[in-house]
Amino acid sequence: MDFNLSEDHQLLSDSLRRFLAENYDIETRNRTAYAAPFHAPETWSALAELGVIGAFVPEGQGGYGGTADDVAVIFEELGRGLCSEPMLGTLLGLRLLAALGQTDLAARVIDGETRVALAVSEPQVACDLSCLQATARCEGDVWRLSGRKSAVYGAPGADLVLVVARLADAGENAALGLFLIHAPESIAAPMIDGGGIADIVLDGLQAECLSTDCAELVEDALDLGRIALCAEAVGAMSHLIEITIDYLRQRKQFGRTLASFQALQHRVVDMVVEREQCRSITIAAVAAYGTPAQARTVSMAKNLIGRMGSWIAEEAIQLHGGIGMTWEYPGSHYAKRLVMIDHQLGDRNDHVLRMIRLKPGAPPAEAA
Amino acid sequence: MDLEFTDEERAFREDVRKFLQRELPRDIAGKVAAGKDLERDDILRWQAILHARGWLAATWPKEHGGPGWSAVERHIFSEECALHSAPRLPPFGLNMLGPVLIRFGNDQQKREILPRILDGSDWWCQGYSEPGAGSDLASLRTRAVRDGDHYVVNGQKTWTTLGQYANKIFCLVRTSTQGKPQEGISFLLVDLDAPGVEMRPIRLIDGGHEVNEVFFTDVRVPVANLVGEENQGWTIAKYLLTHERTNIAGIGYATKELERFHRLAREITRDGRRLSDSPLHAARAAEIEAELEALRITNLRMLANARDGAAGGVESSLLKLKGTQVRQMLQNLYRSALGSQAAPIADELSENELTVPVDAARAAPVYFNHRKLSIFGGSNEIQRNIVAKELFKE
Ligand SMILES: Cc1cc2nc3c(=O)[nH]c(=O)nc-3n(C[C@H](O)[C@H](O)[C@H](O)COP(=O)(O)OP(=O)(O)OC[C@H]3O[C@@H](n4cnc5c(N)ncnc54)[C@H](O)[C@@H]3O)c2cc1C
Repeated sequence: MDFNLSEDHQLLSDSLRRFLAENYDIETRNRTAYAAPFHAPETWSALAELGVIGAFVPEGQGGYGGTADDVAVIFEELGRGLCSEPMLGTLLGLRLLAALGQTDLAARVIDGETRVALAVSEPQVACDLSCLQATARCEGDVWRLSGRKSAVYGAPGADLVLVVARLADAGENAALGLFLIHAPESIAAPMIDGGGIADIVLDGLQAECLSTDCAELVEDALDLGRIALCAEAVGAMSHLIEITIDYLRQRKQFGRTLASFQALQHRVVDMVVEREQCRSITIAAVAAYGTPAQARTVSMAKNLIGRMGSWIAEEAIQLHGGIGMTWEYPGSHYAKRLVMIDHQLGDRNDHVLRMIRLKPGAPPAEAA
Repeated sequence: MDLEFTDEERAFREDVRKFLQRELPRDIAGKVAAGKDLERDDILRWQAILHARGWLAATWPKEHGGPGWSAVERHIFSEECALHSAPRLPPFGLNMLGPVLIRFGNDQQKREILPRILDGSDWWCQGYSEPGAGSDLASLRTRAVRDGDHYVVNGQKTWTTLGQYANKIFCLVRTSTQGKPQEGISFLLVDLDAPGVEMRPIRLIDGGHEVNEVFFTDVRVPVANLVGEENQGWTIAKYLLTHERTNIAGIGYATKELERFHRLAREITRDGRRLSDSPLHAARAAEIEAELEALRITNLRMLANARDGAAGGVESSLLKLKGTQVRQMLQNLYRSALGSQAAPIADELSENELTVPVDAARAAPVYFNHRKLSIFGGSNEIQRNIVAKELFKE
């Protein structure tokens, strides 16, 4: 048993942490996070140069990593630095491009020249791909898409968008196809916690078909995205707890530091206990990736992180008092990020339901 | 035991309902229901309607222009207002300064100031907190030094709610550094237009502007603006805190929020199922409902105590604690109901671009904003300290 990072991962983690600490302060972050195009090209190329994007895909597919471990190491640091660059969408889209043999496109994404996003969820579909409504219809040799895609992370300003759509005229259980569109028009907005999001209305849009049966691949990419979000949350909560402790040490009321009140120390201890739980469940999900336990363990992680991330965020705000409520205080943006992670790629409820679905009625392992 | 209201109280509730249905402007109620910020004018318009009916200053006695209601009537009134999405009235003039002047003010202050609160001529804000004095309010340092017929005020207040709408501020200021910190504080009324007063906005977590910083540099304030005696400010501040605060538990708001969740749950479909059919959401809502029902009765028990003259500071602490917890749980539930659709900043989209009901689109920012409930008005930790002090006193 060894829970230490490998030497390579330690290096990657350190260099990313250093880069964000030196080049990505909260003012820079907030300037790009809340205003279109929600993305700073110079930060993006620097991240690509550090090898961050290439680490999302295996060597055989043009990258230099591609394990769940690689992804988790990177996203933990992105979380710690509260990076709002469109990395999640890129991870999801790039995995699929690479897996489907689109090596040229994948290489451009890895170099940071091209940005890709994945349009999978819909206004009424969070997690269960069998509920997707968007359709693709083949007319002669042209594919046309219809429906509305929603919560497309990183879509504003993306060069490529991959769209998951049900093949038309093939009945209820029709396969899901994957389609490529170029810089589509979108209904773009900043997210509450920063970063760009968009809906895409597919009104008969013409598209290139990359796959006519992609459900499993997409599910795998989404699970990896969930692991990324969990790791990001662990990084963000670690930083938020650190600055909460710092603040309690500095802030004086009643002639003493807030840190000297045992009632408040205990609150922080509980936050740390949950952070450790979150780290552990993320490690479990990383380990389960690619095994039969993948989906269920990832859902466990996403559920626990969803609950505890928002709870830690609420506690951190509370312990800061009024300051924690302000835009100017970096902690408030970390808190927003932690809460809103529970709204991405399925929330605590969606993932509890998925756990139950995957193993209906089974007792917990120990009890059996 | 009798959980029922009397016939008179029920009739009163009916009156309040009819009045709200008839008089509350639709556009204002719509904004409140959608969690939108209200304009200064919205609030003044509603205040004028209430004033015309004689119902504006719920806590004031009749002789000063209040309705002379009992605690139970005040409760019924505020509950119905919340249920009808009436705007929350800024408490500063009506529930804070008004009662203070009625109790501690001199005749001239009562005569000149109270009517201007009622008719909307003055908008007051509250200058208690300072950067260094939050929970430990008594450590406040804004100085007021006597100079002939004036005090000269220097210092800074912060977190001043809706100061941008106000023309006046009531402040706790330090007039003496002798003795315990509590003993050197005075209650002073300051004109925000006076030379040397500067107000700067503070942006909150949700991006909104509802609080401010106020800076005082050599501001000359007539001695006539002192309320009560010099160095009696702490007594006044404590009077305000223990002065029975209506609706501190926010039952009406919570009831409305639960109802709103159920309505939204019927409109939202996720992963092939209507949210109202999801046992997980239904169970969470049902558990909160149980808490709310208990709180409703706790509130009535404490109201009955207040009516019988047995209300204490501990009771309002209990109500504040549980009331804010229940409301924050409801805000949380409502936000979660939206799933991925909660993420975009709805103010940047047009109504026809939204995928959720317009009323619900701001659920996430409103949730973040309501984290303030457990921080202001005496944080929940300070409320626990108050209760603990009572429980563990020697
Ligand atoms: C949205 C908003 C509006 C406000 N409006 C106004 C206004 O109009 N006018 C005004 O005067 N003020 C206003 N306030 C200020 C409010 O009253 C203070 O924020 C509050 O008193 C807490 O003070 P603080 O923010 O300095 O936090 P601090 O006092 O620094 O507290 C930080 C944390 O430590 C905890 N803590 C402090 N002391 C103890 C202790 N002894 N034991 C255990 N825990 C402790 C607190 O509970 C909190 O969790 C407003 C605040 C907010 C957020």
